[in-house]
Amino acid sequence: MSEGELGRKWDRCLADCAVKLGAGLGLGIVFSVLFFKRRTWPIVLGSGMGLGMAYSNCQQDFQAPYLLHGKCVKEQ
Amino acid sequence: MLHACRNASRAVAQQCLCDKASLRPLQPLRRYTTHRESGGSAGKIVAASLLFVGGGFGGTILYAKWDPKFRQNVEQSIPYADKVFDVTLGPAPYAVPMPKATTKPGRLQSSYMSEVVKESKQPKPKGKKSEPADAPPAPAPVEEQKLEGEKEYEKCEERGHEVLPAVKERPPEEVAARLAKQDQEEQEKIASLAAMLEEALGSTARLTLQAIAAQDAAVQSINSHAGKLKEAMEETEASAEQKSSQWRGLEDALSERSKALDEAADTLLKAKDGLEKLRGVIEDAKQANIARAKPQILSAEENLHNMLVDLDNVVKKVQAAQSEAKIVAQYHELVAVAKEQFQKELDSITPDIQAGWKGLNGRLTTDDLNSLVAHAHRHIDQLNKELAEQRVREQQHIETTLRQQKTEHKRALEVAVAKALEQYRAEIQLEQDKKLEEVREVMEVEMRTQLLRQTAAHTDHLRDVMKVQEQEIKAEVEQEMAHRLSEQETHFRHVTQEQLDEFTLDMNAAYARLKGIEQAIDSHAIAEEEARKAHQLWLSVEALNDILKTTLGDNPTEPLNTSVQAMKANCAENEFTETLSTALPEVALSRGVYSEASLRVRFYIIRKLVRRVAMIDETRNSLYQYFLSYLQSLLLMEPQQLKPPAQLSTEDLDTFKLLSYATYSIEHGDLELATKFINQLKGESRRVAQDWLNEARLTLETTQVVGLLSAYANAVGLGTTQVE
Repeated sequence: MSEGELGRKWDRCLADCAVKLGAGLGLGIVFSVLFFKRRTWPIVLGSGMGLGMAYSNCQQDFQAPYLLHGKCVKEQ
Repeated sequence: MLHACRNASRAVAQQCLCDKASLRPLQPLRRYTTHRESGGSAGKIVAASLLFVGGGFGGTILYAKWDPKFRQNVEQSIPYADKVFDVTLGPAPYAVPMPKATTKPGRLQSSYMSEVVKESKQPKPKGKKSEPADAPPAPAPVEEQKLEGEKEYEKCEERGHEVLPAVKERPPEEVAARLAKQDQEEQEKIASLAAMLEEALGSTARLTLQAIAAQDAAVQSINSHAGKLKEAMEETEASAEQKSSQWRGLEDALSERSKALDEAADTLLKAKDGLEKLRGVIEDAKQANIARAKPQILSAEENLHNMLVDLDNVVKKVQAAQSEAKIVAQYHELVAVAKEQFQKELDSITPDIQAGWKGLNGRLTTDDLNSLVAHAHRHIDQLNKELAEQRVREQQHIETTLRQQKTEHKRALEVAVAKALEQYRAEIQLEQDKKLEEVREVMEVEMRTQLLRQTAAHTDHLRDVMKVQEQEIKAEVEQEMAHRLSEQETHFRHVTQEQLDEFTLDMNAAYARLKGIEQAIDSHAIAEEEARKAHQLWLSVEALNDILKTTLGDNPTEPLNTSVQAMKANCAENEFTETLSTALPEVALSRGVYSEASLRVRFYIIRKLVRRVAMIDETRNSLYQYFLSYLQSLLLMEPQQLKPPAQLSTEDLDTFKLLSYATYSIEHGDLELATKFINQLKGESRRVAQDWLNEARLTLETTQVVGLLSAYANAVGLGTTQVE
């Protein structure tokens, strides 16, 4: 139902966020451990990237109904 | 889900915090505290968890014990719980016992059957042992008993039969038996009497014969004696020896005579005694008074009489003989006297000469002879004188003797006459009795024949009379019967006619009434039909209405399809209802609509969400906007319910206001207005509320149609109610 739509969107958002955060964190840790001598900045970078991607996805999801998709019709 | 996530996140955060918090005191504690405390806390945790689990377990079991439904639920949900419950609580009290109860009687029956079988098995071997022994005697006595019983029964039946006919038949039989008995008795008596009589007769006959013989002997002896005496007297010229022998013979004859007389007297006495006895017997027999013995009695009497007569005759003979002998004796005496006299004279004359004439011829002298002749002349003179005297007195003598003779004769005659009379009387009596007997017999025979004839005549007469009567009665009866029958027939016809008339009248009346009733019923039926239809329509509409109102929680109602179909069936011919029923939305039919209550509940959820996304529309829909909108919803306070104005202005198109108006409308039951207000939402709010709006619209549509239908049904119902 339509009132659950937002809730579902939020669930997806959070899940996505968690996943991306976790993934980013993980990659960051990996990179940090492997390549960057256990510095914190890859971790932060990774988590940040993850969060950012999640945010972006979330926003896209929420904006989806209102986005208009135009078609370019070539005039003949 | 959001709530859950939030709660979860909070819990996680709290847990993390708690953990961190708990960890922090634990970490320093770890250095200072012993293993025991950590173990203790772990132990506490373990103990607490065990307690918790055990408590849950025990509580479940206790509650299952108290509530069987709960127990059932648990058993159904948890696989081996029923076994646990059986172990702890015992078998279930009911519902499960339903099949057990049916099996129990079955088991009982089977046990009973087994017991019965066992019992039957036990006596069977016993019975088998005793059967061969008992079987032959048992059936035999049984059969015997049966036979006996049958026989007895038969006997009883027979007896009964016998008794019954015996009772009926006994009188004639009895009579015959009695007659036979009587005959027998009579015959016996007769036989005895006859025997007695014969005996007596025989004895008396013997006695009388003896007497007669004795008397005859006496007579003979008397006669012989008299003859011998005569001889002795006449033949005086015989020699002395002859005379002596004659005198001896005479003496013998005399003794014989006396003996014979004695004997005769004895026998006569005996015979007389016998005759007396016989008479006595005959008297007894006569007193016995049996008819059939009479001839015998009579014959006995006759014999008696004969014997008496014979005895009398014999006695007479004896007496005659005796009288003759007396005469002879007298003569003999006279002769003896004369002789003695003569002798004396002779002696006086001639004393020398002895008696015995014949020896004297040579010795007599002339004197003697002269004396003798003189004596003889003298004697002759004497005798002549006597003779003359005798001749003179002859007549007198003769007369006297005649007189004597006459008197004697008379006496004798009288005696004889009397005797003869007696005899004759007795004879006559006997003959009379005989004749009486004969006559009686003859009379009896005649009487019997007459009686037979009479009875035959009587029976014939009766038969005739009966026949005649029978016929008469028959005729009468037939006549009576015919008369009565005719009467009955006429009566019957009359009555039937009446009944028919009545019946036709009743039938007509009934028919008319029936017609009237039919018409009334038809009209009633029609009216009722109409009313029924209206009622049914109303009922189906009410059903629809009801369905609209019934919901469980937030689910939509039942699909209205079936009830609408029913309604359509109920009002097939009405166009109005048909069109209305078609006007119902499809979704309502297939899926059902939400009730107002559920919509109301849902509205509050919508309201919250709408408030949160109040700022989001096409243009401003980033996450930040979402956050801001949320913040706005938190911070903005507006009254929950605002009475909507009569006319809306542009200011009223604010989300929050709209929501307030809608809330107010919903609270006051006006879903339509609320829907209208919600319809004014824009953007994300609208999108959030879209479904609710659609549902509300559906519901409103359906309720509108149903309301119309119910109004119609009510109207129709009112129209069809008969005003009495």
